[in-house]
Amino acid sequence: MTLATHEVRWSAGGQMIVDGVTLTVEPNRVLGLIGPNGSGKSSLLRLLCRLRKVASGVVTLDARDIADLPRRELARRLAFVEQQAATEVQLSVCDVVRLGRTPHRGAFASWTEVDEHAVDIALKRVGLAARHDQPWHTLSGGERQRVHIARALAQEPRELILDEPTNHLDIQHQLAILTLVRRLGLTCVVALHDLNLASLFCDRVGVLAGGRLVAFGTPQEVLTPCLIAEVFGVEVVIRESTPGRRHIEYVVEHEAGDHA
Amino acid sequence: MSHAVLKPNWPARFALVLASLVALTLAVTVAVTVGEMAIPLPVAFRALGNGLFGLDLPVSAIQQGVIFDYRLSRALMAALCGGALALSGAILQALLRNPLAEPYILGISAGASTGAVCVLILGAGGATLGLSGGAFLGSIATLAIVALLASGTGGGSDRVILAGVAGSQLFNAVTATIVTTLASAEQARGVMFWLLGNFGGVRWPDLWVAAPVALIGFLVCMMHAKALDAFAFGTDAAASLGVAVTRVRLVLLATTALLTATMVAIVGTVGFVGLVIPHAARFLVGSGHARLLPACLVVGAIFMVLADVLSRILVPQQILPIGIVTALFGAPAFAIILYRARRAP
Repeated sequence: MTLATHEVRWSAGGQMIVDGVTLTVEPNRVLGLIGPNGSGKSSLLRLLCRLRKVASGVVTLDARDIADLPRRELARRLAFVEQQAATEVQLSVCDVVRLGRTPHRGAFASWTEVDEHAVDIALKRVGLAARHDQPWHTLSGGERQRVHIARALAQEPRELILDEPTNHLDIQHQLAILTLVRRLGLTCVVALHDLNLASLFCDRVGVLAGGRLVAFGTPQEVLTPCLIAEVFGVEVVIRESTPGRRHIEYVVEHEAGDHA
Repeated sequence: MSHAVLKPNWPARFALVLASLVALTLAVTVAVTVGEMAIPLPVAFRALGNGLFGLDLPVSAIQQGVIFDYRLSRALMAALCGGALALSGAILQALLRNPLAEPYILGISAGASTGAVCVLILGAGGATLGLSGGAFLGSIATLAIVALLASGTGGGSDRVILAGVAGSQLFNAVTATIVTTLASAEQARGVMFWLLGNFGGVRWPDLWVAAPVALIGFLVCMMHAKALDAFAFGTDAAASLGVAVTRVRLVLLATTALLTATMVAIVGTVGFVGLVIPHAARFLVGSGHARLLPACLVVGAIFMVLADVLSRILVPQQILPIGIVTALFGAPAFAIILYRARRAP
């Protein structure tokens, strides 16, 4: 058992943003949430981490309502990586990763070998062990995102929630981040924009439109030309190069003079 | 830049605390010996021995009075005030995620002045409220207005500063209106002098109020040091790390208001300390709040004691308001900090 939502609703400014979503996340699998801008992906993720309170419905973790879990217990179990979390504070890479130990330490607890070990392991898993002391502000976008994932790993979670972790990254770093996320073997929920990346890296895909979950299943089941046309309003052709390797091609009609 | 201390390095910590105390003692010693009436160091020590430990060393009654009742209480109050304002600045900068946040800029000092002036001139609240009570209510009211204004205009750390500027303008105007229309000429002069900050009227009873407030405020802040670190990437990041964001914010903003209001009620408004000292302290010990907050307390205290000394000797026969001295030295210091800490292009 892991995360699940039942008829979850959330509104902001009188507008329904998440409208009755019921889904079950499978343990140790990657669930991708896709949908157009404003479809409620980020809001749903924030409801999953209890960063926002559900207006109605319930989010459960191991069949327990997450609203009943103590904050720190939840943070030791479930970690969240934001789209682009920045800071003005002068921090080093290990300072940022150390923040992940916050839920494991009391107000006056001193830094222990267990904490240090967790930070080292986390930095190794994202491949940044050598950058331990580098100032955060000198990192590239991809490196910053990996440091955030390392910070999340230092929380030693079983569930990892990522909000568009590939945003603003070049294609090499997009692939690297998602390969990393897949290899972690954690239960992951990832909001993604790129349909090909979702098809490539997710075990399950949930499609949101207007705050509702309109499709849920394996990428093969869900990402059909019909559904993509309906939800995203674009025409696509899907090719399968080798079995299971699907490519979603966007059909764009060029103006007659374009290649003249 | 990292401080890879696995187990707490107690000797190093002890040495740091000792060095801070020695530096603070030196600053206070300077403050006690310097002034209109030159008092040699041995006499000063004898007077301190008499006052602090009830010894009976030979010191003239006038010198004893100047050293112990006037200069020592004044220096210790300056230390408390500097430490408390620097602490407040560090807390506000972390909570609001804005390097420009401090009690003065956010209007908390202005609100405290308005509250104090209401009590002083209008007689609001009568004898029960008192100057400190008025200042505290004023600062809480400002904080609430600034917070409402900031969240009503969409939150964000820049909005908080803009709301603070609006709030401090408003409360300064209210203060000025009350003073110019309702105060007698003598009251007005006194209030204006007090508004710029002045340690002249400080006596021991003021310390019995300020010291416990500063101590409790410091302990409350230290209890939240790790939570403050978690605010580096914003409130959602802090919440996802298990920090009770709303409670921590409420507790720490109230603590900041209490610290600022207490100091403003006793010495008037003093700007720049809350802004400059946290940056200077960060430069010395890094951004981790478990180190930064004590550093702010010590550096702020030493800075204010020395600023007070300067305020007494810069212009002969005259005492400058402390707010002028802190601004005169704080502004260039701030410029240097900004310049040295500039980010690589």
